[in-house]
Amino acid sequence: MNKLYETYIKKEALPTLFCSGCGNGIVQVAAMEAMEKLGCKDEVACVSGIGCSSWIPCYYKLDVLHGMHGRALPFAEGLKLARPDKKILVFTGDGDCAAIGGNHLIHAAARNIDLTVIMVNNYIYGMTGGQKSPTTPKGSVTKTSPWGSMDEPIDAVKLVMVLGATYVARWTTAHPAQLAKSMAEGMKHEGFSFIEVLSQCPVQAGKSLWKEKDSYRIMETYKRMTKSCGSLEEAGEGKIPIGVFRHDNQREEYASKLKTVTRKQKG
Amino acid sequence: MIKRKEGSLQKETQVVLQGNEACVKGALYAGCSFFAGYPITPSTEIIEMMSGEMPKTGGAFIQMEDEIASACAIIGARWGGSKAMTATSGPGYTLMQEAIGFAAVTETPTVIVNVQRGGPSTGQPTLSSQQDIYQARYGSHGDYEIIVLAPSSVQEMYDFTIRAFELAEQFRTPVILLADEVVGHMREKIMVREGCEEIRSQRQKYVVSPQADFFKGANTMVEGQLHDEEGRRIGHVAEKSGQFIHNINRKIQSNLDILSEVSTYCMEDADIAIVAYGSVARPSLNAVKHARGIRDDRMLPKVKMIKDLFKRGVGEMIHTDYSHLKVGLVKIDTVWPFPEKLLKQVTKGVDTVIVPEMNVGKYCREVQRVLKDKNVVSMPKCGGNIHTPMEILDEILKMAGLEKKKVGR
Repeated sequence: MNKLYETYIKKEALPTLFCSGCGNGIVQVAAMEAMEKLGCKDEVACVSGIGCSSWIPCYYKLDVLHGMHGRALPFAEGLKLARPDKKILVFTGDGDCAAIGGNHLIHAAARNIDLTVIMVNNYIYGMTGGQKSPTTPKGSVTKTSPWGSMDEPIDAVKLVMVLGATYVARWTTAHPAQLAKSMAEGMKHEGFSFIEVLSQCPVQAGKSLWKEKDSYRIMETYKRMTKSCGSLEEAGEGKIPIGVFRHDNQREEYASKLKTVTRKQKG
Repeated sequence: MIKRKEGSLQKETQVVLQGNEACVKGALYAGCSFFAGYPITPSTEIIEMMSGEMPKTGGAFIQMEDEIASACAIIGARWGGSKAMTATSGPGYTLMQEAIGFAAVTETPTVIVNVQRGGPSTGQPTLSSQQDIYQARYGSHGDYEIIVLAPSSVQEMYDFTIRAFELAEQFRTPVILLADEVVGHMREKIMVREGCEEIRSQRQKYVVSPQADFFKGANTMVEGQLHDEEGRRIGHVAEKSGQFIHNINRKIQSNLDILSEVSTYCMEDADIAIVAYGSVARPSLNAVKHARGIRDDRMLPKVKMIKDLFKRGVGEMIHTDYSHLKVGLVKIDTVWPFPEKLLKQVTKGVDTVIVPEMNVGKYCREVQRVLKDKNVVSMPKCGGNIHTPMEILDEILKMAGLEKKKVGR
């Protein structure tokens, strides 16, 4: 075991329940690297919802709340307001965050509450066996869209941009270094940080979306599908923009606003 | 009827408060430092007052996007070390059920206030009910035990809120304050204590989850799946999971002696008992007083009674001498877990039990289950109005074999 693992991973909890080739491991390591870079391990607690990616923090030697499906954000908001001095790292998936938890995402982003949200997007409901999710591309055949998905996919990055999240980025598991850097930036940033990670699910999405079981090849597809740029508009037709789209330190954060009110009222 | 801590040197002041306001005062006294909620009639005064009071005490207030989020936020806040509460009513309470189950299984101390209104669905936003009595007990999926307190006065809204925080911490469990629109909106003179009470978490040896708050270096794992003492999932292991369910239920069930609280009135020689909880205990108490011919030293009830006598026909009423009727009241304060042993004890000499409640007669089934040897009569009332003392008195007369026509109407 390397040093990073020794520091961050509960050995007794291994092996993880991730399938081989899953992108969750890459995200798990990237978050460890980010914490190590900031040297903030003791200041971090993790909150997650339900789904494959929500198991990521459960192997960390950290305080972890593995909550309810879709509700990672409200749990995290309560925790943040109880301990505004600490950093809260939220792991969630495309279904957890954009479907059942969509309402909470809208409001947390609008509040600009200081959380770092990692939305691991594998384009599918993996844990339940390959049903369509809110990010599944239109026309995809999944277990619950046998005639092709009719729903327009939701772009969570665009959504939180509109609502005023103050740090917004998107990477893929094929960009682990950039991802770790973004996570560190997000945790350092005071405000709502949203990082989407396009991650491979070689088992479920591999079968129904990519027609490819080799995770390396899916990651290559992700590289081809995406274009690194500074704004959402730059990528051009047919390409998914990746990069850091917003890093705004001007807007006041929610917990600090609350602190101001408290200071005034308590005297 | 209120048990007060003896030997308490704390200064108490008399104030006139609304039930919902008293609940906030109680929460503040108990050291509540986090409130998340969503406005809903008839509990709204609680969230309104909390929004103003929380910052004054250095706590945090947040109006969430819905009741699901509110219930989750208080759980998150409690793991952050803040004593936390939310308040809602019928529809909102239904939305909170999954989180209540989560709090039960992760053994998170939280206080959830349900100021009941009439249902189902949107139902009757402005009128009262006790229809959530079973939802409070069985609302979330799966097998779990829960503590539910039912206040019947503004004073009890205050006292029971404090008790809810104490029990939540002591038993590491969500506690429901099951109020209703009547006690929520009524105003009464009550005694409130000054300052703030230090409630300490008492570790119970049979709990099955990690206990340390976050950021204490304990690497606490809060897991909604059935888990071991370290928070590791055991949901896929049938034997361990069965033991978990057993342990978490036993935590409450084996402590009925500590948890069960009932108050009695005139039960020493009673043949007929009224078993009531929440606001319905009030007209029940009045009915017992009428039946026993006990004079009320307050003016208003007297005036009301005289008015009522005239309405019903004074002559016949006066000739009906029922002041010898041996009727008593059992007011159940801890409605869940059901105080089986205590109820059996206090109703020992009774042959007839009347259970008035503002629903279709739900809690009565529980009373019937426990008091099999007695004549247990349900007295349901739906629609939003609380039972009047005279309605309950009529039922008492009926049970005592005094013909109703004698009373006249």
